[in-house]
Amino acid sequence: MILVSLILLLIGSGLLAWWSAKINNWWPRVISLAATTIMLSVMMVLWYQFPEGKGVNQWIVSYDRAWIPNFGISFSLALDGLSLIMLLLTAFLGMISILASWTGVTKKVGFFHFNIMFILAGITGVFLAMDMFLFYFFWEVMLIPMYFLIAIWGHEKRIFAAYKFFIFTQASGLLMFLSILGLYFVHGDQTGIYTFNYQELLGTTIDPTLAFWLMMGFLAAFLVKLPAVPFHNWLPDAHTQAPTAGSVILAGLLLKTGAYGLIRFVLPLFPEQSVAFAPVAMTLGVISIFYGAKLAFSQTDIKRLVAYTSVSHMGFILLGVYAFNELALQGVIIQMVAHGISTGALFIMVGTLYERIHTRDMQEMGGLWQQIPRMGAISLVFVMASLGLPGLGNFIAEILILTGSFVAFPVYTIIAALGLVAATIYALRMMQKVFYGKEQKMWKISDLEVRELVVLLPLVAVIVWLGLFPQPVFNATKATVDYVIGQSQIEIEMEEVGLLQGKYKAPGEQSEIPLLILGDQKSILD
Amino acid sequence: MKELLWIVVAMPFLGFLILTLIGGLLSRFWKAVVGVGSVVLSAIFTILIGIDFLSNPAEGGVYQQQLWQWFDVGGLSPEIALHLDPLSFVFIFVITFVGALIHIYSVEFMWKEEGFGRFFSFMNLFIGSMLTLVLADNLLLLYLGWEGVGLCSYLLIGFWYKDPENGYAARKAFIVTRIGDVAMAIALFLLFLHFGTWNISTLLGTAPEQWAVGSGLALTTALLLLGGAVGKSAQLPLQTWLPDAMAGPSPVSALIHAATMVTAGVYLIARLYEFFILSPIAQYTVAGIGAVTLLMAGFSALKQHDIKRVLAYSTISQIGYMFLALGIGAWSAAIFHFMIHAFFKALLFLGAGALITVLDHEHNMFKMGGLYKKLPIVFWTFLISSASLAALPLITAGFYSKDKILWLAYSNGDLLLWAAGLIGAFITAIYTFRMVFITFFGETKTEPTGRPGKFITIPLVILGVLSFGAGYIELPATMGKVTLFSDFVNQIFPLSPHKEASFGTELLIQGITAVMSLGGIWLAYVWYFKKSAEATPTLNRWEQFLYFGWGFDWFYDTLFVRPVVWLSRINKDDFFDSIYDGIGSITRYLHSTLSLTQNGKLRSYVTSVVVGTIIVITIILYL
Repeated sequence: MILVSLILLLIGSGLLAWWSAKINNWWPRVISLAATTIMLSVMMVLWYQFPEGKGVNQWIVSYDRAWIPNFGISFSLALDGLSLIMLLLTAFLGMISILASWTGVTKKVGFFHFNIMFILAGITGVFLAMDMFLFYFFWEVMLIPMYFLIAIWGHEKRIFAAYKFFIFTQASGLLMFLSILGLYFVHGDQTGIYTFNYQELLGTTIDPTLAFWLMMGFLAAFLVKLPAVPFHNWLPDAHTQAPTAGSVILAGLLLKTGAYGLIRFVLPLFPEQSVAFAPVAMTLGVISIFYGAKLAFSQTDIKRLVAYTSVSHMGFILLGVYAFNELALQGVIIQMVAHGISTGALFIMVGTLYERIHTRDMQEMGGLWQQIPRMGAISLVFVMASLGLPGLGNFIAEILILTGSFVAFPVYTIIAALGLVAATIYALRMMQKVFYGKEQKMWKISDLEVRELVVLLPLVAVIVWLGLFPQPVFNATKATVDYVIGQSQIEIEMEEVGLLQGKYKAPGEQSEIPLLILGDQKSILD
Repeated sequence: MKELLWIVVAMPFLGFLILTLIGGLLSRFWKAVVGVGSVVLSAIFTILIGIDFLSNPAEGGVYQQQLWQWFDVGGLSPEIALHLDPLSFVFIFVITFVGALIHIYSVEFMWKEEGFGRFFSFMNLFIGSMLTLVLADNLLLLYLGWEGVGLCSYLLIGFWYKDPENGYAARKAFIVTRIGDVAMAIALFLLFLHFGTWNISTLLGTAPEQWAVGSGLALTTALLLLGGAVGKSAQLPLQTWLPDAMAGPSPVSALIHAATMVTAGVYLIARLYEFFILSPIAQYTVAGIGAVTLLMAGFSALKQHDIKRVLAYSTISQIGYMFLALGIGAWSAAIFHFMIHAFFKALLFLGAGALITVLDHEHNMFKMGGLYKKLPIVFWTFLISSASLAALPLITAGFYSKDKILWLAYSNGDLLLWAAGLIGAFITAIYTFRMVFITFFGETKTEPTGRPGKFITIPLVILGVLSFGAGYIELPATMGKVTLFSDFVNQIFPLSPHKEASFGTELLIQGITAVMSLGGIWLAYVWYFKKSAEATPTLNRWEQFLYFGWGFDWFYDTLFVRPVVWLSRINKDDFFDSIYDGIGSITRYLHSTLSLTQNGKLRSYVTSVVVGTIIVITIILYL
């Protein structure tokens, strides 16, 4: 019940916020802030109660009720450690983005917050849905308010960007829906039970060719959302044109639904096909890392630069997901959180800068440190996070992903590791163009005020905390990660996919040479 | 007392936090108190711990302190834990002690600067990261410190951020070292894959059991680690960033780019010595890189005009000696030279900094001259440290540390390496005293605006004493055989493999070293003292080649920088976009074409109906 109330809370407060704008512009903000705060507190309490999830293949909380029983559609929500972490991120970034647009948004304030709350509700639903139809439903719910957010409150090319965003995600989403239907009918034909229930569908045995195409449908949606090159083109436009809150939610949360989908659905539903697809995914990941970095380096629009860094960082996620081991998968999860925080923060920095100088063109900036040292220092933290400086959360993520994927795909990993150099190049260029060097124009601007510090300092604290004490996150998601790897039951000849040594079997089974990550360390040393 | 080890690391971080978070509220005086106090306290604790460590040696000469479990995932469980042994003790002593002196110096040096608080917060962060690097008990924590010092180096080189050139130098330093860091990261992955841990003691213990000497894996690992080391320590082929790094304030050059950070590569190799012993090829590569680097950088130092650039090339060259020593297994000799070098090179940079400030930011030696009477303390301390750098026989510490490396190279039978080191010693003496003579003698070209105060002179004097006296804790067999230092450090290293040689041979080799040093000084005297240098000399093509550091910058610029910039120019607008735009255009074109058919004319509708019917009938009939 608590899960349903969570979604109802977000939807309800969204409606209330819209309505309350009739009184004044202050109420929608307060209502939305309160709702996200409540959500964050609830999630914190749950985390405190279940710091280690609830064991493999067990939900902390779940809710199941028939919705359209004739078609086997149920309103089924469930929370495990992974969802818990993602919802914490959702509530936190939701709160932050509302605070960040506290004064920036003055147009249609009520409708703005209505959209924000609906996006958050959609994202929450995506992270909780255990019925494929319901999942698709929430997947679409995220989309439309985001379209409005970009199209109404965006920058100069907002309509184009909103269209582009909508078409990319909608088209790919439809492909996923086809796959969901395909899965539904295959399962129905085999067992006679026509259901969209995720748990039921998991064990379906599908003809390999068909399974491959079904997986492609899912991948279409998730790779576009992630995004991976060459499906990334909606991202720079959407991120750049969206208002600050929109960019934060896009980068911090929407992209993560793609990664979440890969972990929750693609790997467990199509284990063998995933293994076969791994080299392709790895290639796409590596290309994304470098292509994103290269384009980030080329940009003069600072917001576009940050947008392209996301493409680069999401390449690491692809790399980690397809390494099929605990280390890399935990790295992916922490990358989702850390990237959400750090890129969200960078978008907020860009937003606050834009509010002051009304340009995103880095050619017109330079030497700003003198006037806005606090902003410079905080930007420095997140720029460093972006290039993977140890001590910050992104480093833990990248080192785990790379270590994990090195076990599986050493060559790809070595190339990907060079991406750290590429990240350094674009990140330092940004710092230089904005805060160092000669002043290009004599801006007279003020440094961060208290409200902005209240928004940004928690982000700094979280990214440092993730860098030094990441264990609570790992504890929460361990059961889910074990489950995903175990469920996917990947029994593959390592040679086939270019793995280093031996055979890999699901944990618990006796494998010939256990993979280092899962197996007993000593047996490798022998 | 040893239990307080964590405080040594925590103090500078605390200072950093205070200065960063509430630095804006503090007056300049209190910023100085926090910034300097944290490092001084750290140094005091280090000395107290050192006394305890020496008087009650821990079991195996190692003291471990677990702070907290960093994380524990899938068999990877690094801790935040400190590891104190003779090697790390020498390093933390140099870092905190020399660091504290440099911090004191900086109070006066930076007093009038706008970013006074920023300077000290970065310096404190640096000291904290450097201590983390050398005290880390596992490679991941070491890597944290490793990247942390890289960040501080970047921030402090670019301290005067308004000049884009400083920004360029700072980015260059960060990016070039990061290339080495990636190699090191890959070594980490490899080590984890094969040993399942990053704990240094475990690795050193299990590696010789698992890997045969000369095995391919050991070679790969050692070379990758070497990649990290050459990046940080500015050795060939990644040395190009260090001369440009002189854009930072002089105390930064003294602390980061002479005494501590640039020797992190030496530390890394010494710390992971087993992997180099396991791979003789890699180890010989270390020695070879050291030998070539010390010669090339030495030649470049001969032709510099900027006093700090002379010192920068000299640093590269001296670290080359340390690499050479590591490469022949003379572990304690390398560490000894590191310590002595830290004293005299920090002093040289601080002295140069003092000159530059009183000469109104003049870096060009040829515009100095005749300063020996006007700035006596700076002159005498500079002279002492120069003598130590030039390895003036018998009285300077630099002689003992360098002689030890050369003697071990010779007795080890590596005559080529020995010859390289010997020529290097000769060049070192020439460029060092060229610098001294041009700067302090001859006619005065720029009048100093004043004399440095106590905060500057006291650290100079203390370091001067050490540059002279610190050599006496380690004397060769021919001169009393004091082995305090090597006995201490060799608790953790295997003994340097060298043949026993007769007393006479050793004396002869030492004699040759001494002659080289004295010969170099004499030559510098003839060339630069007798006919005192005029205006900045013009350089011929070969001299320019040396001046620009053997054309490496040009080479990398052509090979990497330009292509990357070119690549960023083209395809600025993401060519994938044109694919999607193309799809859009095609759709629109089809739309407009098809919409032509709906033209409201009965004639064309009838025609298309008839044509369509014919086609359908044809298909039905013939297929």
